[in-house]
Amino acid sequence: MEFGPYLLLACLEGAVLAAVLALMASGLSLVFGVMRVVNVAHGEFYMLGAVMAWVVTSVLGGGAVINFVAALILAPLIVGALAVLADVTILKRLNYDPERTIVATIGLLYIIQQLALMGYGPEARPVEPPFNTRIALPWVEWGEGGISLYFPWGLSTTSYKLFVIAAAVVLLAALRLFMTRSRAGLIMRATQLDGEMATAFGIPVERVYALVFGAGAALAALAGVLIVPIQQAHYLMGGDALLLSFIVVIIGGLGSLAGTVVAAVLIGMSDGIISVFFTPTLAKIIATLLVALVLVFRPQGLFGVRER
Amino acid sequence: MLKIEGLSAGYGAAPVLRGVNLRAEAGEITVLMGRNGAGKTTLMKAIMGLVRAEAGDIDLDGADLAQLPPHMVPRQGVGYVPQGRRLFADLSVAQNIEVGLGAGPKDAASRRAVRAEVLELFPRLQERMGQRAGTLSGGEQQMLATARALCVRPKLLLLDEPTEGLQPSMIEAIRQVMVAMRDKGLAVLLVEQRIDAVLGLADRVSVIEMGRNAENFSRAELTEPENARRLRGHLGV
Repeated sequence: MEFGPYLLLACLEGAVLAAVLALMASGLSLVFGVMRVVNVAHGEFYMLGAVMAWVVTSVLGGGAVINFVAALILAPLIVGALAVLADVTILKRLNYDPERTIVATIGLLYIIQQLALMGYGPEARPVEPPFNTRIALPWVEWGEGGISLYFPWGLSTTSYKLFVIAAAVVLLAALRLFMTRSRAGLIMRATQLDGEMATAFGIPVERVYALVFGAGAALAALAGVLIVPIQQAHYLMGGDALLLSFIVVIIGGLGSLAGTVVAAVLIGMSDGIISVFFTPTLAKIIATLLVALVLVFRPQGLFGVRER
Repeated sequence: MLKIEGLSAGYGAAPVLRGVNLRAEAGEITVLMGRNGAGKTTLMKAIMGLVRAEAGDIDLDGADLAQLPPHMVPRQGVGYVPQGRRLFADLSVAQNIEVGLGAGPKDAASRRAVRAEVLELFPRLQERMGQRAGTLSGGEQQMLATARALCVRPKLLLLDEPTEGLQPSMIEAIRQVMVAMRDKGLAVLLVEQRIDAVLGLADRVSVIEMGRNAENFSRAELTEPENARRLRGHLGV
């Protein structure tokens, strides 16, 4: 295959990763932005989403589409509820202290991971995609008769991968609308800007924190459900996803949703392209190097606001 | 209206207020004075539940505010204009007002009425509804902070140094709003450092020193030169 079609394929793979990463990192960014909690267990909520998707599809035993839709609804709800429980029983008791909550979420990471190992096992298990039609992609060539389209061998994607990209775009647009247009979003933003003043105007800040922690986990779980037909569910899958999410929110600016999405596209696309043309390891090295550069030259991230 | 008895409060192991008593009546402006660090802002925060009361009662028309969760305090009819305004800087003027209305009346019609009433008091805000609060001038920010507090439809209005750093025309505008609120029957509790701003405005003045009550003056008492001199003595001016 020529370079051009190869690049298109790499971009598509990168876009799928960017879509999933943007969803997951948005949850991490939301939690940090509103609560100032660095949730080290965020990757485990992603893993739980994937595992729950497998559990739901296995238990239901219906058609692939019904199973998947059920997983898409139930897994984020279950994982979100578990996160709310974790918030009320652990983080609230620590008064959301930034340092102590880091240690607490590290503990939560190991608890969730080991419980998943005990209950789900060490195997990687697939979830059947609701649809998976292979779609051949066209490319252009300049011949004697001018520009013409042709279908190079091997240049294809699946309908499910395109669905993942579209679903992430719709969900992120909905999240943005929710944050900027709804009363609940206004309450979250007011809490993010000044929790004490939010309390002084009748906002139950601890309840907002619990819901935000749950919503952040639900977003990670949604990402987990979307990726599991492509990657399979495994109890250790949260580690890499967490690292990439941290890279994305640091580059985008902690707490900035717009920055998170831009950084996810940047990291996802570069990961996809570099992985296809070179190696996945090189992609991770470059992403980590990018974080180091951002931390040195723009510590608040591309879209973050410098703390006064 | 507001009756505080034996209030002790502070931050962690450091007590700031030590058995403070205070009263604020409806239709009166009560001014709280004291030197820096005397505990005036801590007292305001304790009334709002933002600093927990370790001992004592904060009674507002029969409701013990000290026993309520902090977010329930504004719902009892307490509006708060904090020191330094503390607006939600990245939110627009309209959104800041919307946050204030959240602790105000429940039904949409009453909310609309309160919003219109508040904007009538501060017409300049009407022209800035879409502007980010952080980009307003100091005087406009103070107007918005006061408007946000009035959205709660308070019976007790707390203002912590509302004229700090403002130009004279703005100080006069804020002063007129305070007088209008008093005339409407609200209890106004004002923290103020400048004696000249207080004389002629206060119905009573309560001085605290090192977290304890030092002396109280009525409006009539403040007209006597000796009392005015004693008040200046408490403030070290």
